[in-house]
Amino acid sequence: MSTRLATGGRLIDCTHTTRFTFNGHAMTGLAGDTLASALLANDQMLVGRSFKYHRPRGIVASGPEEPNALVGLGKGRFFEPNQRTTTTPLRDGASLTSQNHWPSLEADIGALNQILAPGLTAGFYYKTFMHPRPFWKHVFEPFIRQSAGLGKAPTEKDGDVYEHLYAHCDLLIVGGGVAGLQAALAAGTSGARVLLVEQTGHWGGRAPVDGAQIDGQPADDWVAAAVADLEALPNVTLKRHTQGSGVYDHGYVLATELPPDHVPGSDTARARLWKIRAKQVLVATGAIERPLSFAGNDIPGVMLAGAVRDYVVNWAISPGARTVIVTNNDDAYRTALTLLDAGQEVPVIVDAREAAQSALIDQARVRGVRILTGTAIAKVKGGKRVTGVALCAMNTGGSAVTEIIDCEAVAMSGGWSPAVHLFSHCGGKLYWDDARAMFRPDPARLPTGHDGQPFVRTAGAANGHFDTGAILHDAVAATQAALKLDRAPIAPSQAQDPAEGPIAPIWVMPAQARYELRSKMWLDFQNDVKVSDVQLAAREGYESVEHTKRYTTLGMATDQGKLSNINGLAVLSEALDKPIPEVGTTTFRPPYTPVPMGAIAGEARDAAFQPLRRTPMHEWHATHGAHWEPVGHWRRPYCYLRAGESIDEAVHREVKNTRQALGFLDASTLGKIIVKGPDAGRFLDMLYTNMMSSLKPGKCRYGLMCTENGFLTDDGVVARIDDDTFLCHTTTGGADRIHAHMEDWLQCEWWDWKVYTANVTEQYAQIAVVGPNARKLLDKLGGMDVSNAALPFMGWIDGTLGGFPVRVYRISFSGELSFEVRVVAGQGRALWDRMMELGLHLGGMPYGTEALHIMRAEKGFIMIGDETDGTVIPQDLGLGWAISKKKTDYLGKRAQQRAHMVDPNRWQLVGLETLDGTVLPDGAYAVGTGDNAHGQRKTIGRVTSTYMSPTLGRSIAMGLVEHGPDRMGEVIQFATTSGMTIDTRIVSPVFFDPEGEKLNA
Amino acid sequence: MPDLLETPETTVTDLPPGGMILLRGSLADAAFAEVLTGCGISVPGTRQIVPCTVGQVGWMSPDELLVFCEATASADLALRLDAALSGQHALVLRVDDMRARFRIAGPGARVALAKLCPVDMARIAPAELRRTRLAQIPAAFWTENGADFDLVCFRSVAGYARNVLTRAARHTQGIVLP
Repeated sequence: MSTRLATGGRLIDCTHTTRFTFNGHAMTGLAGDTLASALLANDQMLVGRSFKYHRPRGIVASGPEEPNALVGLGKGRFFEPNQRTTTTPLRDGASLTSQNHWPSLEADIGALNQILAPGLTAGFYYKTFMHPRPFWKHVFEPFIRQSAGLGKAPTEKDGDVYEHLYAHCDLLIVGGGVAGLQAALAAGTSGARVLLVEQTGHWGGRAPVDGAQIDGQPADDWVAAAVADLEALPNVTLKRHTQGSGVYDHGYVLATELPPDHVPGSDTARARLWKIRAKQVLVATGAIERPLSFAGNDIPGVMLAGAVRDYVVNWAISPGARTVIVTNNDDAYRTALTLLDAGQEVPVIVDAREAAQSALIDQARVRGVRILTGTAIAKVKGGKRVTGVALCAMNTGGSAVTEIIDCEAVAMSGGWSPAVHLFSHCGGKLYWDDARAMFRPDPARLPTGHDGQPFVRTAGAANGHFDTGAILHDAVAATQAALKLDRAPIAPSQAQDPAEGPIAPIWVMPAQARYELRSKMWLDFQNDVKVSDVQLAAREGYESVEHTKRYTTLGMATDQGKLSNINGLAVLSEALDKPIPEVGTTTFRPPYTPVPMGAIAGEARDAAFQPLRRTPMHEWHATHGAHWEPVGHWRRPYCYLRAGESIDEAVHREVKNTRQALGFLDASTLGKIIVKGPDAGRFLDMLYTNMMSSLKPGKCRYGLMCTENGFLTDDGVVARIDDDTFLCHTTTGGADRIHAHMEDWLQCEWWDWKVYTANVTEQYAQIAVVGPNARKLLDKLGGMDVSNAALPFMGWIDGTLGGFPVRVYRISFSGELSFEVRVVAGQGRALWDRMMELGLHLGGMPYGTEALHIMRAEKGFIMIGDETDGTVIPQDLGLGWAISKKKTDYLGKRAQQRAHMVDPNRWQLVGLETLDGTVLPDGAYAVGTGDNAHGQRKTIGRVTSTYMSPTLGRSIAMGLVEHGPDRMGEVIQFATTSGMTIDTRIVSPVFFDPEGEKLNA
Repeated sequence: MPDLLETPETTVTDLPPGGMILLRGSLADAAFAEVLTGCGISVPGTRQIVPCTVGQVGWMSPDELLVFCEATASADLALRLDAALSGQHALVLRVDDMRARFRIAGPGARVALAKLCPVDMARIAPAELRRTRLAQIPAAFWTENGADFDLVCFRSVAGYARNVLTRAARHTQGIVLP
């Protein structure tokens, strides 16, 4: 059983007890525990179930590489699945729930999958869920979805807050082990701006656990001194609990900080996503130990040898009173020494190598540990925890068991792999160091930045150096290279580790293991991928490691193959009989470990999810029943609801009232762009399809804007202010886009034209005063002559209305007598209030965007986004009158002459009237005769706008129809989703007041 | 105006935006600069904001300046500038109402802004006008004393700016920028 030892534990505080629950059972831990160390202290060796076979799973590792010990943490609004127990600090009152089992962790029905295991091999899904076809949708997919995912998704909204932080530095060092600290000391001395981030709460990494001596003192003392020195340097920033998550182009690095003192539900950030711009990045992320592949290596109690040392030294945890060590390298002997120092029993060290000779091994040998070389574990005994191991000779098939040894834990080491993830994110390449059996960063192929120069380097164990002295030396050298210094800023500290012998590349144990054993050798503990699965994939023709990964799901679990990747590709390489470097690794992609979704969102949630643009009158609308419609980032009133009114009723009331009396529209959101300069007219002639340069000051003209591909992109009224100056109105959603479009052409194409633009949309409020009583309202405000003579249709004048300095445009989008009154934004609300007050006696009331849409449709006016969809040209919409024939060019002109654009079969705008008066569904297609090449019914048109017209008391619609304008009076059929068709007559799109008499009412 | 948020570290305040004049013209053109000087406006260097007779003037782009002046002075100043620049290709617009203005003051101001703006806040010095984004909206800010920041954004998104600024400024203690 795993227990807390009476003494030791450099990271825990025995005087502070912490209470927590695991699956509802009360447990205690100590201050400084991780969730994993606390669980082990309570002998909770079984912590979860694997994904596919629901095999019992225990803690394997002590860091971010842990594949098994993931739990649901917290409750309700603070619940988060897949929390890695090995890296999560224990908090008082923590609630842990194990994952992927039913009904309980101990008795899991899903474990029956193990019995089916021979049928659940690699590619099982692809082979099985193919036929019969209809089963996929109705049987297989629901079943697979039910079983998918390891943890449970939260059911409530996240109760915590998150934030981002932008930081800049000359050198970002990721990893606060001795390499990172040494590099920071060197870089800090050179004067560079340094940021050092460490994912755990402790500096020094593995060195203190592994017993390193630096400059003649224990590693802990050297680390404390180094940190003190660094804290004294003003140009060095130290950050713990912060993981380098991803490295991107241009020295952009994401790091995830999880403040340890965060209180759930408080208004301080639970996680902080650092967005770092680093001139240089130094990856000092250490190395990750590899498991060995022997039968039963997944049984709880089988752990990485380095992790066993961590638990003993850091948290005073013994994973078992008797621990068998199995290794192919010298480093695992340190675990034997650590266990012996802690008073634990090491019955045997199983060393796969034929010979074991080194200074480190001698240290174990003199302690009297039994060492069996050339030996393998044939099989681990036990179910939910280890009970013993069966041994055999390494170079056999494993049938001949030489010995059975009782034990409570197995510490395994298959060697170490440099943690090259961050180095690889941005294109760093690796090479295979055959002698030391590991992929290492290739110094000749570092990730390069915009200037072709390297911007990411590795140092220490991440660079393949495992000897403390070499690590320190490498750290200073890497810093010097990163900062391009002529000489090393400081001399590296000195260290001398005991000499180690060579590693033996062992990928399967025993070497000729028979199938029954290979099918119990786990590569990927979380996703249940075994040696036999990878070998099967190879036999079935999967040669690429990337394909094998996806076929077997090796390395596709939430741990992203930190333990399985190298072992898996080594097995694949043996199966393919190709050298490991030829097989290669899969791609390392960010993030290093999962980043909380909330941290990615940062402040962008709730009211700050998206910026909301408000007009000066927004609050008035809000307090007067506005039913909102999002338009771009604005909210515009769709209609103003009165008590007891439905939306339709409100819209109809607003339309009728505007047509019969007086309506007000907040038109402030429409884009307003000033275009000024000697070439302004020429510029607008190019932007609009019609002629703008001929417009006289004081006049307005409606214009159409196309893209260079000829498609209609925006429309609006242009007013000429003076000889040099125009004001272009754009659609609400088009203001920023059209301003950018103008600047694009001015800066990139017509850079020598003398034109300045300015987007002044925000400077003004604009109110449309519409209806037969519109002029009366302006007269009541007083101060300006807005008679037909003083202000004819499509004219504008400046003046003072009711004391407000205004510009009044006589323009109409409704067919009614209509003025748009512009005032500076700061006075918009006051003018609006005044108009509402005076309008009361004239039957005035505000109307929303839907009434606006209906009134324009009654008049047959097009709406960008309704009648246009990016494939429509002005000629389709009967807007030929707005296309200048005199101009030699305008944006889109040439495109509109292409064969497809002048095709007489293009669908064209018409009005549509259903015979039975029903409202056509928006977007409905008109059906033709026969089928197209895909066997679908041919279509001859579609509905672009459709409404019930309150003015006319019947439905109206507009649509694009093949040869439409030539088919006036013809009845065609529009299909509905119910399969019925609606008989519809083609009519003029101008339904109301075709003579335009109301404009001058 | 009342403070929107006050913590021991940071204060966020709504400020009256004051007078603002948008000026476009070729900043490299000596004739343009001469007219401006005549109107009490100096031409700042790239990304700078400098004091001038009428208030302050900020560099917005190689052909755009933004003049900050008293609200009561902008109408007259805009007319004077327009008249003085009449012979040149230039654009003068009074834009007093276009923007909202905030002050973020105190030792936590830099950290508060660093949570929202992709800017090297540790290195922002007086006289720099930084046009950037504040979370999801465009904004610009500067500091006169090296500690307190004035920020402008478009008027329609003032509510959003207020929201994210007060949120970011609430807790700044203990956060150290490299």
